[in-house]
Amino acid sequence: MTTANNLVQGLLLGGLYALFATGLSLMFGVMRLVNLAHGDLAILAAFLALVAVDGTGVHPLLTLTVAVPAMFAVGYLLQRGVLNFAVGGDGLAPVLVTFGLSIILQNVLLELFSADSRGLDAGAVEDTSLALGRLNVGWFPLLTLVTGAAVLGGLQLLLARTRLGRELRATSDDPEAAQLVGIDHRHAFAVATGLALATVAIAGIFLGIRTTFSPSLGPTRLIFAFEAVIIGGLGSLWGTLAGGMVLGVAQTLGAQVSPGWGVLTGHLVFLAVLAFRPSGLFGKPVTT
Amino acid sequence: MTTLDPDRADPTQVDREAAGAATAAGPPGRVDVVRATTASRVGALLALVAVAVLGTAPLWARTSVLRTLIGFFPLLALASMWNLLAGYAGLVSIGQQAYIGVGAYGLYWLSDSGGLDPFAAVPLAALTAAVISVPVAVLAFRLRGGYFAIGTWVIAEALRLLVANVSQLGGGSGVTVTAVSAYDRQTRIYLTYWLAFAVGVGAVALTYLLLRRRLGLALTANRDSETGARSLGVDVYRVKLVVYVVAAFGCALAGAVIYLNLLRIQPDAAFSVNWSAFMIFIVVIGGVGTIEGPIVGTVLFVVVQETLAQYGSWYLILLGLLAVVVALRARHGLWGLVAERTGVSLFPVRRRLGLPTPPATGGSR
Repeated sequence: MTTANNLVQGLLLGGLYALFATGLSLMFGVMRLVNLAHGDLAILAAFLALVAVDGTGVHPLLTLTVAVPAMFAVGYLLQRGVLNFAVGGDGLAPVLVTFGLSIILQNVLLELFSADSRGLDAGAVEDTSLALGRLNVGWFPLLTLVTGAAVLGGLQLLLARTRLGRELRATSDDPEAAQLVGIDHRHAFAVATGLALATVAIAGIFLGIRTTFSPSLGPTRLIFAFEAVIIGGLGSLWGTLAGGMVLGVAQTLGAQVSPGWGVLTGHLVFLAVLAFRPSGLFGKPVTT
Repeated sequence: MTTLDPDRADPTQVDREAAGAATAAGPPGRVDVVRATTASRVGALLALVAVAVLGTAPLWARTSVLRTLIGFFPLLALASMWNLLAGYAGLVSIGQQAYIGVGAYGLYWLSDSGGLDPFAAVPLAALTAAVISVPVAVLAFRLRGGYFAIGTWVIAEALRLLVANVSQLGGGSGVTVTAVSAYDRQTRIYLTYWLAFAVGVGAVALTYLLLRRRLGLALTANRDSETGARSLGVDVYRVKLVVYVVAAFGCALAGAVIYLNLLRIQPDAAFSVNWSAFMIFIVVIGGVGTIEGPIVGTVLFVVVQETLAQYGSWYLILLGLLAVVVALRARHGLWGLVAERTGVSLFPVRRRLGLPTPPATGGSR
């Protein structure tokens, strides 16, 4: 029974990982840019929500209305002001710049908020659960999974059906050709990063409600998001959700065996996928 | 045939090339391929003086100076290794802390548990890391660019958690290397200093020698165009693998020396991604893809770190900002700025084509 329960918890945890992975996938998909500051930006969003909650006493979920547009703006400006100068060069600059940003962000948050663990208190929704037979499904993990799926679905629709989506896809395929038909790729890239950071804001705040967070937590979040993307298969949005679930299940089942083995089991599953199925569980096999 | 120039360190290779260039460029005997320039000869002399002064430091320096230098040299080695990876092989790793950790724990395991002399355990620990790095490379090389970077990071994290779960290695709380207590304090500091010195200078020398060989040519070709390099018969995978294993060995050597000095090893510190931050900031600021860059960067890093020691992590924020600006605006770092303006190269690895007494054309190169 514990195993069945853990399995369900793991699947639900996958929803949170998918939320984290969406933005990473989006930026890579549009610009071939791997944002190493991804996790730290999520932690930044969580701290933004914390400041808003402390200042006004609103419910943490309500801070999404401020944090999501704020992080969109941060993303847009970050891309226009910094990252646009890093893409398209020799390939070294994007990694170096985003890694530098990651370290800067971590340490600035550390100086501002100290190394203490904080949490966002969402009240009743955190502790109540839905009883399905003998399984207990927490409302909040369920809400996270639904939100994760909704964000992925919404993004899919946006990319497939809207003018903005067409522009992003065109820029992704060929920035110069897109420019010839009147798309400003610098603006398109900035919108993509803005959207990515909007999803990062949601991920960060859900993380802050689910568990405690501290300035040094960003890298682990980046790594989980990355593992979800690779396990699921590059370029497959729904694969990312499945990848997140595989990672979540691996972690909860590993932790069931021994508390110290949770995250490690996740890493080992990732390495196994890399060794035996490098294109991911749900991605199309690629030949390079 | 060309006459032998005493400044060519590797006459056979240069001769072969000169011969090849000569048939392409015109009458034999007119073309000269050299690496050394006046500036590089002066530079080499200065470098020799610096090595002699630093090598004898225990004879003239105070203990506090020795301690600073014991911190400096392993960082220089780490930076040189990262530069070899990223600057020459295009492998941007954020996971070299894996080998620092293996070096540190290898030192503990071989000396405290295995009964080896701690100073002899250092190179053996590094060899262990080199062996581990081969299967790691096979996995990590499946990823490219930024994903390769995170992939190496995941592997370092996996090793950290693995070590933290092994009670023989002290688990999460770590271990202390006690084998060094066989030496008295003064001897220990001197031996640690010379080992650190050898590792630091050795890493720079190794980079220089590697780049002067065939491997250096293969790396340069690959950096400029992977497709081009492949079409010329360069086994890109093998070249990258060699560099990765060498860098793992070098980082483990540096890691073992660092913990030979610190003695207390904890998984969170030894496998910390901050080591990667140090390496990357040093190399990016100093100059990626130049041998001099890591030297300039490490000096700057240690100076900034010591100056801002009392202000918490602000030194890291400052160096991070500087690294971001340099990565965006001056791709070859501070040394690149100097070299562009002056043409100075302390470690000449480029081949320069000299046409002695050109008959018709005005230029000399």
